[in-house]
Amino acid sequence: MAHLISALILLPLVGALFMSIARESHARGIALGFNALTAIAAFLLWRNFDTAAAGLQLMERHAWIPTIGAEYLVGIDGLSLLLVFLTSLVFPFAFFAQRTGRGFCALMLLMQSALFGTFTAQNFILWFLFYEMSLIPAFLLIKIWGGANRDRAATKFFVYTFLGSVAMLLSFLGIYLAKGTFDFAALAELGKTGLLTGKMAWLAFGGIFLGLAVKVPLFPFHTWLPDAYESAPTGVSMVLTGVLSKMGVSGFVRLLLPLFPHEIKILGPWLLALAVCSIVLASLAAWAQSDLKRMIAYLSINHLGYCMLGLFAVTASATRPLAEMQAALSGVFMQIFNHGITAAALFYYVGLLEQRRGLRGLNDFGGLMQCAPLLCGWMSVAMFSSLGLPGLNGFIGEFLIFKGSFALAPWPTALATLGLLFTAIVFLRAMQALFSGPLTASCNAFPDLKRSEKWIVVPVTLLMFALGIAPQFAFNIFNATVIQMARLFA
Amino acid sequence: MNYLDLLKLAAPEVVVVVTALVVLALGLMAQRGTGICSAVAAAGLLFAAAAVLMLPQHATLFGGMLVITPLTSLFKIICLALAFFTVILARGESTPRNRGEYFALLLLATIGLMLLVGSEELLMIFIGLELTGLSLYVMAGFDKSDPRSAEAGLKYFLFGSTASAFTLFGLSFVYGVCGTTGLVAIGQKITGGPISPLLAAGIVMTLIGFAFKIAAAPFHLWAPDTYQGAPIPSAAFIASGSKVASFVVLGKIVLVGFGPAHGSAAWHGLIAGWSPVLAALAALSIVIGNLVALAQSNVRRLLAYSAVAHAGYTLLGLVAGGREGFGATLFYTTVYAFTLVGAFGVVALVRREIGGDDLSHFSALRSRSPLLAGCMAIFMLSLAGLPPLAGFFGKFYLFSAAMRAGENHGLLWLVALALLGSFVSLYYYLAVLKAIFSEPGTDNQNSEPSSSIKLDFLQELSLTLLAAGIVLLGLWPMALVARIAASLP
Repeated sequence: MAHLISALILLPLVGALFMSIARESHARGIALGFNALTAIAAFLLWRNFDTAAAGLQLMERHAWIPTIGAEYLVGIDGLSLLLVFLTSLVFPFAFFAQRTGRGFCALMLLMQSALFGTFTAQNFILWFLFYEMSLIPAFLLIKIWGGANRDRAATKFFVYTFLGSVAMLLSFLGIYLAKGTFDFAALAELGKTGLLTGKMAWLAFGGIFLGLAVKVPLFPFHTWLPDAYESAPTGVSMVLTGVLSKMGVSGFVRLLLPLFPHEIKILGPWLLALAVCSIVLASLAAWAQSDLKRMIAYLSINHLGYCMLGLFAVTASATRPLAEMQAALSGVFMQIFNHGITAAALFYYVGLLEQRRGLRGLNDFGGLMQCAPLLCGWMSVAMFSSLGLPGLNGFIGEFLIFKGSFALAPWPTALATLGLLFTAIVFLRAMQALFSGPLTASCNAFPDLKRSEKWIVVPVTLLMFALGIAPQFAFNIFNATVIQMARLFA
Repeated sequence: MNYLDLLKLAAPEVVVVVTALVVLALGLMAQRGTGICSAVAAAGLLFAAAAVLMLPQHATLFGGMLVITPLTSLFKIICLALAFFTVILARGESTPRNRGEYFALLLLATIGLMLLVGSEELLMIFIGLELTGLSLYVMAGFDKSDPRSAEAGLKYFLFGSTASAFTLFGLSFVYGVCGTTGLVAIGQKITGGPISPLLAAGIVMTLIGFAFKIAAAPFHLWAPDTYQGAPIPSAAFIASGSKVASFVVLGKIVLVGFGPAHGSAAWHGLIAGWSPVLAALAALSIVIGNLVALAQSNVRRLLAYSAVAHAGYTLLGLVAGGREGFGATLFYTTVYAFTLVGAFGVVALVRREIGGDDLSHFSALRSRSPLLAGCMAIFMLSLAGLPPLAGFFGKFYLFSAAMRAGENHGLLWLVALALLGSFVSLYYYLAVLKAIFSEPGTDNQNSEPSSSIKLDFLQELSLTLLAAGIVLLGLWPMALVARIAASLP
């Protein structure tokens, strides 16, 4: 069991290579097969993971490039495990969402490997390598299989993210020259007393912040996102929003917050303001969209804004009651997972609508309830989950974030509740336009869910209910990590 | 010192000379036997590489005229490998006339590179420069049926000979001040403190010659026309082999010969010396190269301007100085050279099969040949500096060496500029990728239906080897870095 994490990273890579000799018609089956293998690996990882213990587990360490302090160092804590689970869930879901060929599957598997690597790497160089490695497949997937604006969207996505990475790399170079290590744990330890001083500290902070804020994305660095999500094919949109955006959030948790506690405290109010802007403005922008994919893309920014609100409230506030910090952090982790599942599901449903109608504008549909009641019903569950209805998974995360943040930073949190309101309006309006009213003539021959689609929809919806009713299962995974982090930030 | 010893120590060069003569003779005798020339040339290069491996670890002849160290041996092998790939590249070209002469010139240029790499004496270095230069001028203008090739040759020749004149003039000043032409001896003569105006003029003029060779701005004006007009193998060799050897020699000259006159290029602590000169060249190259490359629609011109930018990055290591900086420069320039040979290989095939090398000719390459598209993507992304490819670690070493140099991160301005430059560069490398991965028929200007490109086994193998090498060096850079570090004195 010693090499479990490496196996997890390597399996999709082997799958991607295997595609080169596979038959075109078998591609999706093979990709799903390899996903089954990674799912088994993830399951074994969980069995071997001690949920009671804090800190990194199942570590693997090999020398790699000693001259620049790079080593192969992977390990997981509760957050990593959660993200590994999320990746293993969203990818098969995405493969089911789309008819695909070999090239598509190979690139998706490559991206999956990069994501597993990003979530488990504990050395900056290794992390950065995987982080960038996910970029190339994403670019090509949008570029080759994307929709109308794919050229522009792919380039914008790539250039934007790369600018962030370049800034981040320079910052870490500065840190390395000052402190001589790229090890996350060692850096976090040094961070308690201040990693750098004076101007260098601010430069380094700015670089890393820029890189991660683009990736999440945080207002005002979000402008690449609607284009990219809109142009990407359904399966890729699901992965982009479900998993790739979590790279940014987990990057904040691992890289920025522990390393620069001092700087964050000074900038705290501003960061909170950015998070609130993300939440409120993105939900307003979603209100203004008539394209369903763009609408969900903006809501994605809004939902990740809650994560950022929770994180900044925890690290930036002056008063630090431990219980509230733990609540907010649990909420953030829960939201990471929930948003991944729910947003991917929403993109999946939009994909179904687009397959059937050829269009995906809000006003291209109407009265679907009459001809496709099942589709409408299941889709509403995902929408309700996304707007945070109690009993569904979305509620748990958002509730905990608001509960924790309100005690830590009352005003920004109060303002952010506006986002909840707008999200609800957006979804209710969408339901109204899509499902109710008179049946639009062009939707006359609108088939309901097929049997194969039911097999996908039902488990995902059950998972939403399960997490909404008995979230304890998920909390157990990351509880120890939350307690440890809350102590670190206190 | 008897001649037998000389023959032993110069065995690799001798092998290449003999091969060149044999190839020339073969080319004259067998007018139509085109395959044999390239086979003999390739075999000769392999023999020469084997001969390099048999050399002793250390030797010095004639006061530094011929020096053998692990460093020179390593880079002789690298130059031979680059020549080898160029031979394979030239093999597939469709200019059958005077094939023997072409390969002979290529081999002569290779000897020039080996002399350059393996010498620590100014006169010998100059002879190496000229031998390389003269062979390359002819190679650039070799395609007599193409006026562009003639233009390339003439431009390269005029710029090159002027630059050589500057270098020679500068070297004469250095000799006049120091009274010796051995690099080590010059290093002992030049002391720290203020530099005499005569020496300063000598240093600057010497550097100009090399700035021309490595295509650093503002001495880069020949590069776009030569890269675009010259036969592709010639362009590839000018961009790779000549550049690697020039960087090795430039490093040796400034670090060993002019070492004490280092000066400082720090933002608030400028001190006269050669490093501010190189820093200015680097900054100009990065800015001009990257910005002008944005506007190019021809892939070869694009590569030429990106070469200017890359020369700027590579100079960073020399500005930083020291073992670390020099090592970073050597690693980067090696990686760059192999990447560029590969990229030119793809360009050559596209040109042969589709009939041009504009960006539009690359459109939908993926559907014609997935292998070519994949290799080109790896080369472009490595040039852009994306992990996990070798170009990323090359840049990483360079930038970290430059950050570390001097007190208080004085070179931060240059590093920030270089990072910004490499960010800009991403855009035009992406433009190439965009063309390659576009759908057939959408923005394809040739009306004929896209047919798949057939590659022969050797081309396939060499391109795959180069691409795999770039990926492996990215995943395991220590393989080359450790070797370079061990070979530096």
